[in-house]
Amino acid sequence: MKHLLAVADLTRDEVDHLLGLTDAFAEVGRRRVPKVPALQGRTVSWLFYEDSTRTRLSFEQAAKRLSADTLNFSVSSSSVSKGESLRDTVQTIEAMGVDAIVVRHTSSGVPAQVARWVDAAVVNAGDGWHEHPTQALLDCYTIRAHLGDLEGMRIAIVGDIAHSRVARSDVWAFSLLGAEVTLVAPPTLLPPNLDGWPVRVSHDLDAVLGDLDVVYLLRMQRERMTEALVPSLREYTARYGLTARRVDTMGDKSLVMHPGPMNRGVEIAADVAELPRSAVIDQVRNGVAVRMAVLFELLGSGPVVPPRSATTPGGPADRPLPVLTPSSPPAGPSADQ
Amino acid sequence: MTGKSIVIRGGRVVDASGERRADVVVEGGRVAAVGEGVGADGGDLVLDAGGCLVTPGLVDLHTHLRQPGREEAETVETGARAAALGGFTCVLAMPNTEPAIDSAGVAREVLELGRGTCCEVRTSGTITVGRAGERLSPMGELAELGVRFFTDDGSGVQDARLMRRAMEYARGLGVTLAQHCEDAVLASGGHMHEGAWSSRLGIPGQPAEAEELMVMRDIALARLTGARVHLQHLSTRRSVALAAQAKADGIAVTCEATPHHLTLTDASCAGYDTVFKVNPPLRTDDDVAAVRAGLADGTVDCIATDHAPHAPEAKEQPFDQAPPGMLGLETALAVALTHLDLPPARVFELMSWRPARILGADDAHGGAVEAGRVANLAVVDPAAEWVVDPHALASRSRNTPYAGMRLTGKVRHTLLAGEPVVVDGEAQR
Repeated sequence: MKHLLAVADLTRDEVDHLLGLTDAFAEVGRRRVPKVPALQGRTVSWLFYEDSTRTRLSFEQAAKRLSADTLNFSVSSSSVSKGESLRDTVQTIEAMGVDAIVVRHTSSGVPAQVARWVDAAVVNAGDGWHEHPTQALLDCYTIRAHLGDLEGMRIAIVGDIAHSRVARSDVWAFSLLGAEVTLVAPPTLLPPNLDGWPVRVSHDLDAVLGDLDVVYLLRMQRERMTEALVPSLREYTARYGLTARRVDTMGDKSLVMHPGPMNRGVEIAADVAELPRSAVIDQVRNGVAVRMAVLFELLGSGPVVPPRSATTPGGPADRPLPVLTPSSPPAGPSADQ
Repeated sequence: MTGKSIVIRGGRVVDASGERRADVVVEGGRVAAVGEGVGADGGDLVLDAGGCLVTPGLVDLHTHLRQPGREEAETVETGARAAALGGFTCVLAMPNTEPAIDSAGVAREVLELGRGTCCEVRTSGTITVGRAGERLSPMGELAELGVRFFTDDGSGVQDARLMRRAMEYARGLGVTLAQHCEDAVLASGGHMHEGAWSSRLGIPGQPAEAEELMVMRDIALARLTGARVHLQHLSTRRSVALAAQAKADGIAVTCEATPHHLTLTDASCAGYDTVFKVNPPLRTDDDVAAVRAGLADGTVDCIATDHAPHAPEAKEQPFDQAPPGMLGLETALAVALTHLDLPPARVFELMSWRPARILGADDAHGGAVEAGRVANLAVVDPAAEWVVDPHALASRSRNTPYAGMRLTGKVRHTLLAGEPVVVDGEAQR
């Protein structure tokens, strides 16, 4: 795997492999010193054109636990505001010697464009309405950790699907792993054309809630009101908000998920967010391990990876992972790539 | 070289009257003789047309030359050179320059810049001042300079009442209004065709209906006013059907289609390559098939390039920030010959004599290749294969959607008023 741009590009084997790696890195996260030297000497750069707290911090934590060096590109103080083209910006960053660029952008497709312009590995950390692949991977990992294999599982994604990169990644990830996905939203919040999407559609949350293993709530943004997509937040909450009363109609083991940040009182009632069946905090926790897995998959293979045989005790027995061994820095100054 | 003679030897002449083997002798800027063997004695310059078709020069009703205002993307000079290399002897400059061509002063500047270039440059004028859609441009004053086409291209005139007045006024002047059909509110925020691909890619789309609503409205207004209306770059199945019905009803509408709307679909946007961002957007397979059918059955009157240069730095932006538009002049004929399954004579009709007549330029362009006519001619090798290299184009920009594509059919020579402006595929000016 050269880049991680979209879940829609991934095969089942690739997703399984990344989730397997995530298991190993989750174990690293539970150690007293949760750090391995797997990416020592490698440099990961952040290119965040959109405010993001949790994704940024999660990637940063992942890179640090892998001992990678990080370079921070801050958009507000950069040449972007001076009118530099996107291509010039990314090529400037690459020229400083980075092995991976983690891109977050308000516009769909920017990571794919960046990947065409640079040799470094590109990780999509969320682009416009398009995809947020590491979110989907951590969602799959979280569901699997709570409920087991996704095969045959019934999952509803509820809310503003049209403008959601999380939905566009989760749909493919969940269905790739065998789940039945239902999109629940008013037609104004659904993509205008769902040809080829492996989903069912419902406009009635109450009608589907009782059958679900997972209800996945999306953030409802206030600006959608001004676009005449729903009459009011109040009406949205009345029809699509997950209230305690609605939770009572769900199965005992069913899970409530949300990519954050939550709009308590809108798509999710405050008390629902606190229920044991809410996996929101686990999602955040697993995000670090998933992002370690992704960075390792893209950067850890190749010339600097030590032999597989030297597995450190404590790693999962069935997955001897090179990451768990002490690694040496690249042979020469930026000789790789 | 007015006194010199040029012989185009060994080709087949194709014009509205048919196709025949003939040499063409040009003297004093005009065709002096046409016939088999008439060039046997040679002339001051002999142009080999062996294996080639000799056609009236092509006419483009839709060219963005970007000057004044966007000279980093194109100038009248570079655009005219690209046109000549593409076989065009006449292009109609679109008025969405900066400032817009909404006054006699700017129109004169563009016409002046066009003199002495590789191609005859005519200009359109805007319908409204500054293309702002609020007040009528001085259409009468512009018409006195020879402006025959008025359009706010880049956007459509949104206000139905203003458009009605523009049509009525244009009818009095005997000029044509050309419309970029797009309901701006319905299309707003859309960066590609709204459909399965936009939904998958997470790119805000604009529905086909945004185009069709204005096609529908302008047909109704043309009926109301009796004005001549030219519908630019039709791209949807229902737009073509609406135009067909309007023609059947005897309404004075004509319409054009671009090479890209005849060959490319919204699936091209899958890689977020902004070179495929264009307005109207690339549509579905079904739309492409319908526009092609409209071309075949005569509903669509002509092919126009919508040549829209943009500097690389403008296109190297996120998809939703990059400007729409793609190059067309140097590839249009080859794309048509390669991909439209039409005989060359029919392609020339759609790119030469039909648009010349719509523009009212048929006194000098697109007419029969016969003695006495102004020698605006293109010599086309229909079998020549070439691969589109963006860096080899004469346009100042490189945003061709056909990069790397192998095309069949290439312009060998172009004569502008009897002057060889392209010889053996090389621009002479």
